Amino acid sequence: MQTVKMVVTGPFNAGKTEFIRSVSEIDVVSTERRISSQAERVKDTTTVAMDFGRITVDNDLVLYLFGTPGQRRFDFMWEILSEGMLGFIVMVDSTRPETFKEARSILETFRAYAPTPYVVAANKQDIAEAWELDDIRIALRLDKKVKLLPTVATDKESVKTVLLELLYSILAEMEGEGE
Amino acid sequence: MALKGNLRDFTVTQLLNLISVAGKTGTLVVEGPNERVIVCFREGKLAYAQVGNDSQSLATVLHRSNKLSAAQYRAIAERAGRISDKELGLLLINARYVSQQDILASLQTHFLGVVNRLFTWVEGFFRFENDIMPPDDKITVRVNLENVIIEGARKLREWEQLQDEIPSLEMALKFTDRPGTNIRNVNLSVEEWRVVSFINPKNTIRQVATATKMNDLEIRRVVYGLLQAGLVEMVRPVGTAPLAPGQVAGLPQSSKEEQKSLINRIISRIRSI
Ligand SMILES: Nc1nc2c(ncn2[C@@H]2O[C@H](COP(=O)(O)OP(=O)(O)O)[C@@H](O)[C@H]2O)c(=O)[nH]1
Ligand SMILES: [Mg+2]
Repeated sequence: MQTVKMVVTGPFNAGKTEFIRSVSEIDVVSTERRISSQAERVKDTTTVAMDFGRITVDNDLVLYLFGTPGQRRFDFMWEILSEGMLGFIVMVDSTRPETFKEARSILETFRAYAPTPYVVAANKQDIAEAWELDDIRIALRLDKKVKLLPTVATDKESVKTVLLELLYSILAEMEGEGE
Repeated sequence: MALKGNLRDFTVTQLLNLISVAGKTGTLVVEGPNERVIVCFREGKLAYAQVGNDSQSLATVLHRSNKLSAAQYRAIAERAGRISDKELGLLLINARYVSQQDILASLQTHFLGVVNRLFTWVEGFFRFENDIMPPDDKITVRVNLENVIIEGARKLREWEQLQDEIPSLEMALKFTDRPGTNIRNVNLSVEEWRVVSFINPKNTIRQVATATKMNDLEIRRVVYGLLQAGLVEMVRPVGTAPLAPGQVAGLPQSSKEEQKSLINRIISRIRSI
């Protein structure tokens, strides 16, 4: 049995849990991890929610989707999660420009961890206040080559499109079309 | 749709960069705790700015920049009455009191002063109204925002913010291929020029810092300004890629054909969900 994984990251409340829930065949497990005060440098022990979804591809291949804890202070877990990932998805809440800066920072952090393909999902495009893609692209300073996809995480078809676009990028990278 | 929010979350620098890169035309209204600032842009360039509801008259602006003497200023205030800025400008030029260059330069300085004031605001609601421009009788300028943004970014000193923007010094920089950006047309500080001279996708930011003898904070500050002005972008350093070309991380060392077939299996599966 072979397992591969993709990481879904982005600021708190961007829609990561919803995204994974829409396609996962198991109820999304939000694992509660105890973080010791030593590791965290905070006095109280605290818990970190991390989403975990699964898609069985066939008899000997399983794809796992990991949603990162959004809070910056848990970013030491990001590197662990990102190890060996096929690619990653950065989710951004299109209705909350105040989170764009954080999204960008998370994106840069993940890019630095691994040279894997990624896409950016402009989520909550079903809401009227959602920023337009062109404006989000500029606000996030995304290069033209980076896929920025209009997304509605509660809609399975929309989530499938995002996953497929990431997979197409991974294929393209294998064909040597990547940077 | 709506370009609006709070400066607490979306900074003036980011806002100006957005307006500049998107080449937007319209009016930015920012409501601070104590005053309101209005800035107009034409095709992504600064055209006009005012504080509050009162626009400064051209005569006042010229007087403040010492282009008009106190006596001339008083004479205009007394006699010119409700003359528009454009009419007054023409009169002054024809009378050879000032040149067109003087007028534009004085207005530019005045407008930039208004915009620079915004950089000190940590809080304030903003909204951008597409296509709304100042009244026709106002004289507008055309100022590239790049320098304004670099200037403003210099003011953003907080280490945390810089660290957020540039989490890793192991990335490299390359010049953006955005048309219209010409590095020689931008006023860079000596520090910035030193960094610029090392920009190359082969050099990590850390290597540039070492070469220019800057500490982490200094290099981040410079890189941040260059990023915000849209002059450079961060890329993974080339030549140090931990992967062989065409090999994708996360896949066991297998042949390219096997890897592709694995991805294709996932693709078919997802399509069928
Ligand atoms: N309208 C709308 N709401 C969404 C969408 N995606 C997520 N939400 C809602 O946004 C909130 C945060 O989503 P969640 O998945 O918990 O965010 P997370 O913190 O990134 O895991 C929840 O109330 C979701 O139901 C979307 O595409 N459209
Ligand atoms: Mg969640």
